[in-house]
Amino acid sequence: MAVSACVSCAAATPLNINEPRMTRRSTFKFRLYVADDTMNSAQATANLQALCKTHLPGRHEIEIVDVFKDPQRAILEGIRMTPTLLRLAPLPIRRIVGTLVDTQRVLETLGLVTNVL
Amino acid sequence: MKLDHLSSPALRKAPSGITGFDEITGGGLPRGRTTLLLGGPGSGKTIFALQYLINGARVYGEPGIFVAFEETSQRILANAASFDWKLDQLRKKKLLFIDAQPSYDLVQTGDFDLCGMLAGLGLQAAQMKARRIVFDALDILLALLPDLSARRREIYRLHEWLVSRGLTSIVTLKARADEANSITQQPYGFMQFMVDCSVILNHSLIAGVSQRDMRVQKYRGSSFDENESPFVIGDAGFDVAIVRTLGRDDAKVTNERVTSGIKRLDTMLGGGYYRAACVLITGFPGTAKTTLSGAFAQAACGRGERTLFVSFDSDGTEVIRNLASVGIRLGRYLKSGVLRMVSARTIVGSAETSLVRIKAIAAEHKARCLVIDPVSALANSGSQLAAHGVGQRLIDWSKADRITLVCTSLLNEIAGKSETDSTLHISTLADTWIHLSYVVQAGERNRGMSIIKSRGTAHSNQVRELILSNSGVTLADIFTAGGEVLMGTMRWQKESAERVEDEVAEVAGRLKLVTLDAEQAELEVRLKAVQTELVAKQVEKTLLARTTASRKAVILHGSERMRELRGGDAPKHK
Repeated sequence: MAVSACVSCAAATPLNINEPRMTRRSTFKFRLYVADDTMNSAQATANLQALCKTHLPGRHEIEIVDVFKDPQRAILEGIRMTPTLLRLAPLPIRRIVGTLVDTQRVLETLGLVTNVL
Repeated sequence: MKLDHLSSPALRKAPSGITGFDEITGGGLPRGRTTLLLGGPGSGKTIFALQYLINGARVYGEPGIFVAFEETSQRILANAASFDWKLDQLRKKKLLFIDAQPSYDLVQTGDFDLCGMLAGLGLQAAQMKARRIVFDALDILLALLPDLSARRREIYRLHEWLVSRGLTSIVTLKARADEANSITQQPYGFMQFMVDCSVILNHSLIAGVSQRDMRVQKYRGSSFDENESPFVIGDAGFDVAIVRTLGRDDAKVTNERVTSGIKRLDTMLGGGYYRAACVLITGFPGTAKTTLSGAFAQAACGRGERTLFVSFDSDGTEVIRNLASVGIRLGRYLKSGVLRMVSARTIVGSAETSLVRIKAIAAEHKARCLVIDPVSALANSGSQLAAHGVGQRLIDWSKADRITLVCTSLLNEIAGKSETDSTLHISTLADTWIHLSYVVQAGERNRGMSIIKSRGTAHSNQVRELILSNSGVTLADIFTAGGEVLMGTMRWQKESAERVEDEVAEVAGRLKLVTLDAEQAELEVRLKAVQTELVAKQVEKTLLARTTASRKAVILHGSERMRELRGGDAPKHK
């Protein structure tokens, strides 16, 4: 699997209630929890990478955590379902479960599109 | 799977520790396998599953994990605090709660699987050496999956994971009771085919009274009680009612006797009731059933045996006051703690609930003697069929715990005069059956008592009159006159008539004796006179003889002298 550089992220940063004004220059940090190389996980990985390539070229970091290799992190983060995508930055943390097949919905949740009329 | 697993002769079981359930299933849940727990809302799925884990951790040394999909673990713990499980005493190492509620604002696109949860659980199960696991309300999570095939896939994934870990698990799913029986209409019906054991919990209303039932639908590789078993959720959690199942030893029997509290009744029964027997006292209202059972309670307390008196009709203090009027004083025993009075009017619910409450109080009080007055009240609410089963289990339980049980049963006067208690059918199971009745005669109502049956003892066939006075309870012989039984004042009249007759006869006897004495004396006097006369006669006779002899001699001598004087003849000399 082609994976972007794994960057340590600020998971422990307290959640900011007031969503800061997103700047066009901010970097998106993602963490994707996957389960081995199951179909769902592979699809989610591919969908996320394609999405980043299109909408966030050069300003995204993706960390991939395999729950079977590191179950402790799955417990700590309360991951029940795989695949689960966390948007760690910009805050607040956003969580999406599933194969990320509905691109429009994913983009809306991640704040990458302004509400289209 | 592995060959050695297939060749293992008997299915091993993990005891649930839930009263009655292990008996129904012959030892508990299938070890290392999955049990499906189905039931509607409020049917007790979560409580059952939680109790299974708690017993496992506390009693059987098997740590467990509770995965909560619906309620948060905090709420489950708060609800569990109402039971006397002392959950906070269980260390976290032994019992782990995992919150797995999908968050309400969860964004989901596309398919997903449960691998994340299973990976985490696998680590935690290994860390705490868990042997048991519960997935509570799995349907909540499954409902998020996009289609049926995805649900099926995840259930198989979960099942495979459980089997590979060797965890004995319970999965609870919501199902309405009627749906649970028609599996094809079930959203997760296929789960019932997949699991090794399936249990259905049912909560229904029968005649306005809550009734809970449990049924084991399937149990691979094991026999089980296939019938519906009523159960109650009490302070200690589940209590599944079981009728004596096969393989259980009969309660130990004894020849020891305990007094009925009435001396003459003991004699009639050949020494009293048997210890651990079930005594049934039937009768119409006001035939002194409570009094008879009160006498038993008083005697039991007098021996220092802890006694429980359950009254459905009136308050405990009322019973004590009323019994004091017939010389049965229970107040002092209540004070000393030997006796415990329970007003069962405070127990609401089905017959099953009442039985569970009575059992719990009896165990708490360590009762050796138990009075239930009247037991027929059990049948007043809820299903008649269930009440019948309760009667049977009541007797089974008291025998097994070696409690001497005296229960009264009210007969319905309107329903007829038949000497049966049709509602509970205790009469056939009771060891001793005493029947109290009214005999209306000569403008009076008197209480009659008879022993209809008493197993294993010779007993009197007589109807006796039961007399209540402020000095106590006694039995009186009754008179039979011309085929009629005499009781009350008629008996008293008969008794006094006999007393008068007795006196007359005695006087006559004495008079006769005096007369005879006089006659005897008279005769004796006469006898004396005659004897004296006899002596006189004898004397006279002797005198006469002597006179005659001397006269003869004189005459003889005189003639000789004359001859001499005449000189004619020579005197004759010898």
